[in-house]
Amino acid sequence: MATTTYFPETVGQTEALPLPSKLHEWIVTVDHKRLGILYIATALFFFAVAGVLAAFIRWQLAFPNGTVLPPDVFNRFFTMHGTTMVFLVGMPFFAGLANYLTPLMIGARDMAFPRLNAFGYWIFLFGGILLYFSYVAGEGLAGHGTAPDVGWFAYAPLTERAFSRGTSTDYWILSIILTGIGTTASAINVIATIISMRCKGMTLARMPLFVWLMLVVSSMVLFILPPLTAGQMMLLLDRYLGAHFFDTQAGGSAVLWQHFFWLFGHPEVYVLMLPGFACANEIIPVFSRKPMFGRAAMIGATVAIGMVSSGVWAHHMFTVGMSASSNIYFAVASMVVGIPTGIKIFNWLGTMYGGKIRFDTAMLFCIGFLFQFLIAGLTGIMLAVAPFDWQVTDSYFVVAHFHYVLLGGLLFTLFGAIYYWFPKATGKMLSETLGKWHFWLLVIGFHLTFDTLHFAGILGMPRRIYTYAPGRGWESLNLVASIGVIFQAAGVACLVWNIIRSLRKGAPAGNDPWDAWTLEWATTSPPPEYNFAVLPEVRSSRPLWDLKHPEDPDWRYE
Amino acid sequence: MTPSIAGEKMAAIGKTVALEQAGMVEQPGWTLPDRGRVAVLCLFTTEFALFTIFVVAYVFYIGKSLTGPTPSQVLELPIWATICLLSSSVTVAIAERALKANRIQQFKLWTGATILLGFEFLRNTAVEWRHLIQDFHLTITTNLFGTTFYSLVGLHASHVAIGLSLLLLALVLGLRGSMQGQARRFELLSWYWHFVDAVWVAVFTVVYVIGR
Amino acid sequence: MNSFPRVAALWCLISVVAFGQSVHPVANVFDPKATPADSVYSVSMLMLAICAAIFLVVGGLLAFTIVRFRRRKLDDSREPAQVYGSNRIEIAWTVIPVLIVLVLSMATARTVLEVQNKRMPANALKVTVVGHQWWWEFRYPDLGIVAANELHVPLSTVAKPAHTLLKLESADVAHSFWVPQLAGKTDVIPGITNTMWIDPRQEGIFLGNCAEYCGTQHANMLLRVIVEPPADFEKWAAAQKLDAALDPRMESARATFLSLSCINCHAVSGTPATGTFGPDLSHLMSRSTLGSGVIPNTPENLRSWVKDPQAIKRGNLMPNMQLNSRELDEIVIYLSSLK
Repeated sequence: MATTTYFPETVGQTEALPLPSKLHEWIVTVDHKRLGILYIATALFFFAVAGVLAAFIRWQLAFPNGTVLPPDVFNRFFTMHGTTMVFLVGMPFFAGLANYLTPLMIGARDMAFPRLNAFGYWIFLFGGILLYFSYVAGEGLAGHGTAPDVGWFAYAPLTERAFSRGTSTDYWILSIILTGIGTTASAINVIATIISMRCKGMTLARMPLFVWLMLVVSSMVLFILPPLTAGQMMLLLDRYLGAHFFDTQAGGSAVLWQHFFWLFGHPEVYVLMLPGFACANEIIPVFSRKPMFGRAAMIGATVAIGMVSSGVWAHHMFTVGMSASSNIYFAVASMVVGIPTGIKIFNWLGTMYGGKIRFDTAMLFCIGFLFQFLIAGLTGIMLAVAPFDWQVTDSYFVVAHFHYVLLGGLLFTLFGAIYYWFPKATGKMLSETLGKWHFWLLVIGFHLTFDTLHFAGILGMPRRIYTYAPGRGWESLNLVASIGVIFQAAGVACLVWNIIRSLRKGAPAGNDPWDAWTLEWATTSPPPEYNFAVLPEVRSSRPLWDLKHPEDPDWRYE
Repeated sequence: MTPSIAGEKMAAIGKTVALEQAGMVEQPGWTLPDRGRVAVLCLFTTEFALFTIFVVAYVFYIGKSLTGPTPSQVLELPIWATICLLSSSVTVAIAERALKANRIQQFKLWTGATILLGFEFLRNTAVEWRHLIQDFHLTITTNLFGTTFYSLVGLHASHVAIGLSLLLLALVLGLRGSMQGQARRFELLSWYWHFVDAVWVAVFTVVYVIGR
Repeated sequence: MNSFPRVAALWCLISVVAFGQSVHPVANVFDPKATPADSVYSVSMLMLAICAAIFLVVGGLLAFTIVRFRRRKLDDSREPAQVYGSNRIEIAWTVIPVLIVLVLSMATARTVLEVQNKRMPANALKVTVVGHQWWWEFRYPDLGIVAANELHVPLSTVAKPAHTLLKLESADVAHSFWVPQLAGKTDVIPGITNTMWIDPRQEGIFLGNCAEYCGTQHANMLLRVIVEPPADFEKWAAAQKLDAALDPRMESARATFLSLSCINCHAVSGTPATGTFGPDLSHLMSRSTLGSGVIPNTPENLRSWVKDPQAIKRGNLMPNMQLNSRELDEIVIYLSSLK
């Protein structure tokens, strides 16, 4: 077994280029690493923008009869906040992580289609800019222009011409179609890369779990984006060519939009969350110093989630007036999809159990994720109980639930991923001190805000209201929730400062700062453009463990 | 390591990268599916899902129009168009085989035939639509039938148009002599064309057989 | 911001004084006052108990693991035993969740059937609820009543059960009818008619909201369900059935009202005003709020609303009618007479 062939000699560093050339390099790049960094940097930018929108929303709602934002501005803010977070933060994080890490983890030199990769990024960016261009595009028809204000799931017939005059809804439709094309391109690229470009010896069974999950996510994307795209196309036809898909006056069905949207929307939340699981699957074993407990079960559970999640969409529609049998089916199916998710939590627990847990920042975020995702999953089971959902859907309870999933779950793992892979991508370590400040501030702020909002929903506070009257029992809950924003913002500020500071003068990372076991740690930090001087050959799912422990390699047990 | 040797090594690595990217360097004893085929199959999956949603909308709205005309009143079976389109699948398969065997003249001929047949299909659709609009006053805005009919058939027709433009490109490249050794790429295009035909079978069944 | 305790107190005072009714201001899902809400409450308690147990067990294990298996300072940096998994454990922690799901599914199915498939007794009061952007219309077809924004229903007692069957329709976009203490929400969707039922067992005013985002003033599409003993309900219904008051002293004020475009949107029974776009005003003064719950129905508020509704409920579909002060006085006088 060769031991040194994975480590390339230093072969000519790029000379210091003038700034315009450097920027040009970034614009024309088809290198998966650079595109991955572009995706993640753009996602972080939109995260900050959507976070500012949220801060204003919470400021407006901190007190009853608030006057910070008038109703139309508020309605645009929550629409843009949701749309941005899902399509311009969550999806590009998936694309960025998948594109950066997949070739490195499977021992390839780049993605299957590097130019398609670049196309995906730039059309996503165009879609994002188009969405925000709606603010700039002017007041439109009789003051009904500017940013969309129909909510991120844009129920019909509110989105029809009659009720949404001007062009704001069209910006929403078009930008999502564009970002959807970009996401589809990424998904096709990821699947082709994983199927066709694995290094020698890396059977599907030996792929890192991160890669497995990206394969499942990409496959889901292929199936779930079309219902959304089709719905968007139909809505455009309604709005511009006088079609009647969702025009209730002509016999069209408002509920049909909901079916199409949630056929996309429910699996979408798994598409958002699974990349977070993928990061946790890599971080938790390394910092517990043990392999993933139950690898096969984890893969099976992921595939099960991918399949079952396409059959539960109407749990977003329990109040629409479906028959009792439909409601019961969707309730039971939604509970069933919680089972493989729960199994994953148990397997992470089993990984940590008996280990030697190191509490570096990346692991701290994953531990936070575990607790919070447990709660999120449990409130999800609660919402699957259709009668309970009849009470709290469209209230702050469900808002708290999905923020628990996406912020407490996904975002924590994504932050963990940043601390874990930033050294690989840049060659510099992030500061652990600032990282811990980031973590604890975020934990405090997150719980202040979202624990309390569960109770606001139980006390009857609906969502998407720009203000509320005093005396309903909502004042103190909203005030506490709004105070939490300050801590969250401070935490994120720590991250931004950490990144900027470390890029300038972070400690050098070396190839393998965490003593990890997958192939990306077998090359330099940052990797050269060609990733590996010689393509590796693997015999197990932890090739670097095999190299470091030749007396007890994994391939003896797998 | 001297700079010149380093440079050579870089060049060698670069060349390997390029060859690997082209899928032509195999690691001995390790073959994986062709990435072009995988990508096109993924494309079919997602396009299939897209068409399914439009078919679902069509089926959902059968019989629900508030006003006429109804499908049985205005639709006629597009037999000729179907024959054209399905035959074009045969001609494109022959063209593909010809290109694989490097018979460029045959390839150009049969690609041209495919294009003509595909064009005839679109011409037929255009004639049908003109008939529907002018004589029956059925437009996308008339009723739910109009809405779902034009969008579903139109979505398919647009896919035919895209396929036609790519076939035209292949023919032009063939006429210029650039299609040598591009059998792999043309195979993927012919797969796309078969897919579009298969979708037509479904659309035909749903719209002209079941829905009438 | 600084007057909210006073506003809240004012509302309660008005309600109590005007109607002898007390407002239940906090619409707590876990404080049910009607059978559908009760059914939800009981299955929710089971569900909460199960979820709390799961949280304590799993969360406890997590906490234990983090503490027990943390790397100690004086560690010899040998790797711990590399355990790859255990089929037996995987099966165990798959079977247990399946059993939990089984139990919850059965409880859920039972409650869904209980609430959705309930057969209404023949004497159930039928109300048609029509959702508009951003107000509620209530029609009692059997009683010949058209009202707005406040839903009166009879109290249901063990001795004399009184069910109310609500048929939900929309005049424009999707809304949702949610009064938490009485029932779960049901969407109000154009093109379909949903039904729900309530049988409130406590008197008073129960608050609710529209719970499906429906545009600019979704936040102020408030619900008030007034539950009163059957005798009071009959009295209210009888008064609502009558045509609008025809006070001879209101002659000129009424003439002014009828001459303006108010009648394009509003109806006043017994007059040529038959508009249906806006709320029926025949018995406007019988309501405790204006603008679908936005402000209390006081003389000053009524005047402010008629003068410039946009200043109070910005974006709502009643435009500023640009009335001069004479017209404004007349309109307000006339409306104040519509008891």
